[in-house]
Amino acid sequence: MKLLDKMLKNKTLHGIIIVIIIWYLLHISVESNVIPSPYNTFKRFFHLFPKVLSIHLLASLVRIMTAVGISIIIGVPFGLWIGMSKKADSIISPVVYILYPLPKIAFLPIFMILLGIGNTAKITLIVTIIIFQILIGVRDGIKEIPKELYYSVISMGVSKAGMYRHLIMPAILPRLFSALRLSLGISISTLFFAENFATTYGIGYYIMNAWVMVDYLDMFSGILALSLLGLLLLRLMDLLEKKFCPWVFLK
Amino acid sequence: MIRVRNLNYSYGSDLVLSNINLSIEENTTCTIIGPSGCGKTTLLYLLAGLIDYTDGEIYIKNEKVRGSRRETGVILQDYGLLPWKTVWNNIALGLKVRGMEREQLNKEVSEILRELDIQELKNKYPSQLSGGQKQRVTIARTLVIKPDLLLLDEFTSALDAMTKENIQNLILNIYKKRPVTIVFVTHSIEEAVFLGQKIVIMDKAKIKKIIDNPYFGDVEIRSRIDYYNICLEVRRWLEEGKNHETP
Ligand SMILES: Nc1ncnc2c1ncn2[C@@H]1O[C@H](COP(=O)(O)OP(=O)(O)OP(=O)(O)O)[C@@H](O)[C@H]1O
Ligand SMILES: [Mg+2]
Repeated sequence: MKLLDKMLKNKTLHGIIIVIIIWYLLHISVESNVIPSPYNTFKRFFHLFPKVLSIHLLASLVRIMTAVGISIIIGVPFGLWIGMSKKADSIISPVVYILYPLPKIAFLPIFMILLGIGNTAKITLIVTIIIFQILIGVRDGIKEIPKELYYSVISMGVSKAGMYRHLIMPAILPRLFSALRLSLGISISTLFFAENFATTYGIGYYIMNAWVMVDYLDMFSGILALSLLGLLLLRLMDLLEKKFCPWVFLK
Repeated sequence: MIRVRNLNYSYGSDLVLSNINLSIEENTTCTIIGPSGCGKTTLLYLLAGLIDYTDGEIYIKNEKVRGSRRETGVILQDYGLLPWKTVWNNIALGLKVRGMEREQLNKEVSEILRELDIQELKNKYPSQLSGGQKQRVTIARTLVIKPDLLLLDEFTSALDAMTKENIQNLILNIYKKRPVTIVFVTHSIEEAVFLGQKIVIMDKAKIKKIIDNPYFGDVEIRSRIDYYNICLEVRRWLEEGKNHETP
């Protein structure tokens, strides 16, 4: 019972165990090599990881991190700007609302024609998708700051630069973290699609290639690697948020 | 200390304050009471220099108010404390932005924590405090910059009756210990009479009546009959004219 309690408390472990149970049940009910058993997959995964999977994962990770980094560098200042200035908001937000829901994935061929078939097109694609999450998150974070909090900070004698440091940045930080979590999920699925074109590196490529080769054990190992990467990135976000936004986690 | 002359203020086309004239002497207290929406908060924001005015004049210590003033401490109803800063950092903020040195700052913050008896709260965040504790911290944060003018907007309205009296007594004691001019905005007649040497009664955008309160400063005032007489007078002024408005 104690062990069960401990497992339930550790949310990651708890999630992994449930997913593996479902996976195992599917495996025995489907009775086909299309869904290999968890055990065989893990065995293959550990075999493939050091020399093969890690390289593909690294290629994908570099693309994701570059895209997220660029999106933050462009999206945060823009979000600050339209959040702080009513005029900027009225000019830019309508444009954002038209561009945001467009299925940017459809533009990959165009990016590839304009930017070449290499990494630039793939990274650009991800940036055009996630930058809106960040921009809108930052803008809304600013809009949610109560007027009274501005007044209170001004009346303390805080300067204009101090306003950013003591009021605006901390107010948008939790929003930024939520936007980043969403963005990471979206980046991974976008990348999976983009890596089917003009590359031989990346976990998306690896999975689709294994599928074409009808090697389901390889394919599942790839999926496992991809989901572990996602899990790792999300946990990292949690840790960073706990460090930088401790007030969000108070009971 | 404070001189307001022919002050008018409007939000768009709504006249919120109309021809306000008011003088408050240095190191006295003044309470402003009136029905909801009559413009009390607006008047306080104007005194604090948080909103700009064009029609009329406001002088504090013979200087025209333009923007927020360093020696004015403001306590707003609910939103004063920054949720991302601990009690200590909230209190230290005003000193930090004034460029005070670390050692001196630590000393001053510790002192004010001790004075208001909130040392054990110093590492907590605002969301972990009770209403009364929050108000103590807000008061500490405002006093630590050594203001000569304190502006408070309904600073006890969210508290239960006992805590309310505690905080009111605390303010009165602070006032007696150090000279400072205080303006309170309040909804409560009892509070207006307990804390105001001068009681300003407002009605829709106007000052209706100013009452001098000779009993101010007596902590035992709450158990005296004269106190209730003044409360009754304030109530009569507040209710006067009400019957004509509602047909
Ligand atoms: N930012 C604003 N924009 C437009 N109108 C406003 C704004 N703030 C206040 N008002 C209006 O100005 C009038 C006076 O508001 P104010 O907040 O000063 O009233 P108050 O006396 O403090 O009321 P309460 O006792 O309810 O706090 C109200 O009619 C209100 O609707
Ligand atoms: Mg008000």
